[in-house]
Amino acid sequence: MQAVANEFKIPKENPLAKPPLIEGEQSFSTLTEAVSVVVEDKTPRNWYIAFAISVLGTMMLGGMLGYLVFTGVGVWGNNQPVGWAWDITNFVFWIGIGHAGTLISAILFLFRQKWRTSINRAAEAMTLFAVACAAIYPGFHVGRIWLAYWLFPLPYNQGMWPNFRSPLEWDVFAVSTYGTVSLLFWYVGLIPDLATLRDRATTKMRQMIYGIFSLGWRGSNRHWQHYEVAYLILAGISTPLVLSVHSIVSFDFAVSKLPGWHTTIFPPYFVAGAVFSGFAMVMTLMLVARWALNLQHLITMYHLEVMNKIMLVTGSIVGYAYSMEFFMAWYSGNMYEKFTFFNRAFGPYAWAYWTMFTCNVVSPQCFWSKKLRTSIPFMFFISIVINIGMWFERFVIIATSLHRDFIPSSWGYFRPSPVDILTFAGTFGLFMTLFLLFIRFVPVIALAEVKAVLAHQQHKAHGHAKH
Amino acid sequence: MKATKLIFPKWINTAVRLSLVGAALTAGTIAVVGKFLTMPETVDVGYQPTQPVPYSHKLHAGEMGMDCRFCHTTVDKADFAAVPPANTCMVCHTAIKKDSDKLAAIRQAFADPNKPVQWTKVHKLPDFVYFSHKVHVNGGVSCVSCHGRVDQMEVVQQQKPLGMAWCIECHKNPENALRPKEFVTKLDWTPPAGTTQQEIGLKIKNENKIHPPVENCAGCHR
Repeated sequence: MQAVANEFKIPKENPLAKPPLIEGEQSFSTLTEAVSVVVEDKTPRNWYIAFAISVLGTMMLGGMLGYLVFTGVGVWGNNQPVGWAWDITNFVFWIGIGHAGTLISAILFLFRQKWRTSINRAAEAMTLFAVACAAIYPGFHVGRIWLAYWLFPLPYNQGMWPNFRSPLEWDVFAVSTYGTVSLLFWYVGLIPDLATLRDRATTKMRQMIYGIFSLGWRGSNRHWQHYEVAYLILAGISTPLVLSVHSIVSFDFAVSKLPGWHTTIFPPYFVAGAVFSGFAMVMTLMLVARWALNLQHLITMYHLEVMNKIMLVTGSIVGYAYSMEFFMAWYSGNMYEKFTFFNRAFGPYAWAYWTMFTCNVVSPQCFWSKKLRTSIPFMFFISIVINIGMWFERFVIIATSLHRDFIPSSWGYFRPSPVDILTFAGTFGLFMTLFLLFIRFVPVIALAEVKAVLAHQQHKAHGHAKH
Repeated sequence: MKATKLIFPKWINTAVRLSLVGAALTAGTIAVVGKFLTMPETVDVGYQPTQPVPYSHKLHAGEMGMDCRFCHTTVDKADFAAVPPANTCMVCHTAIKKDSDKLAAIRQAFADPNKPVQWTKVHKLPDFVYFSHKVHVNGGVSCVSCHGRVDQMEVVQQQKPLGMAWCIECHKNPENALRPKEFVTKLDWTPPAGTTQQEIGLKIKNENKIHPPVENCAGCHR
């Protein structure tokens, strides 16, 4: 007996052994219960409070956008020489946040990273809502919002086409593809779980609504086969999007000839930054959600730690990119390039640059320490710091490159207008409104996938861990 | 296991199929209405309002061979092609057909210059389009290119779409419309034997360096 007990202890001492992805004594039914109860229980009072605040924010956004439509784009602070300011900053910020969702759902799926299952549903939802927030900015920056459909190349009667050589047009394709594929991917993954909610529904109304959205799912073998194939195909389509969308967003800048923008490092630098900021946002949301919804056994410390490691890696890549930009500015021998970077770090926007640098490069380095990366208050703090830093990164790139370009007589300094600030705050309201609705009406954890992990885990726990 | 009651009645299957057909039809309708039914070719071509005076371009410009510029005097000097005052009519009609009932409105306007004849404009451009008659006429674009064979119209009718796609088509290939300046108002002009209109047009385009705005929006929209 003694020998057998020792044999069981060995894997526990193995430093490479991974902790379980689902904690506690769980069965399929306890998991279903834990996840469904979030949607089925009486709406908690805190949800109403949070929702009321978020809806107020959304209404403020609507008011600001309405004011813009009726008055003109001049209500924003951007003007020559800073013709792109908070609008594009916020666009890139929100689009970037979405990337963690796609990375978790597509790339980690293809690499068989089982830990994704507890967070992928919420992360994908976050992607969709972030894309919705992002799309607002270019949409309204066109000024005549009722003509925004001119962004798409359709055979209009005036015989005009968008400029296909412009990266802004590529953005239209990249972001709309991204939004569509993310929505499909999220929805296909939801179908079995919606069917679970349908089957548990106690009222006719719930049964009908979940019944409609679960598309007649019966969980038959044939259904599962089709589902798995569809999911795999969508994962395959989404994977290049993780890299392409933010590469193309970076082309908005890199294809121009402005010092500070015209760099080949931009695509990988932007993608790493996007994943970095996205994971920080997932972290912020998940820490609140697992606490508020009692899902600590599904979103475990192991999940959080792995996400912190990804932030450490991507944060370091971003730090490398910042340094490399400075090296290239010196190595290029181009005086304008040199000036732009000197001006970025020591000019009038130095405060923004060093805020960015501290938040994005210094703060994630704390995650080298196991103690810090497993401390929930600390990681919550850092996740918010990183999001602030990543917003500043976009602001620094956009504003500092534009405010002092080739003609010193045309130099300027950008200050946001109150409408700029309230619009940005309003997009957070919209984002949180959508996220709270998601938590209330849709299973926040990919139930069917987590069950597959549980089955695997229980199988291993029998003792024949070798296979 | 007890048999569960179906959530949806059976006719839902039919309803879903029908709604798919409905969605396809709706999309098709939007495409057809959005593209074809709103085209200037559909909406504007053939506009032929009744004028306050039954003036015949066919008689004056066609059969009698009057030059367009006899009445529309500013067409080669200003952006706007002037509509003649009653005085212009009365140059002849004090002597010819001076008691005709059809000319009553003209005589009235001639007597009181503060109340001109209220002609109805036929060829309209949106107010965000800055079109200059002077530039086109002096460049060698004939009246006929935009207004059609007015010298054959009893009542003037819009024959060309005057839409942006149609403008752009000519701005891209102006050689298809250019002719020697002296023949601009000769609506039935044909190129001399042995040459084609395109050859002449290309020559004029190159000699006079005619580059109409194509990609420059501000060329027409200021």
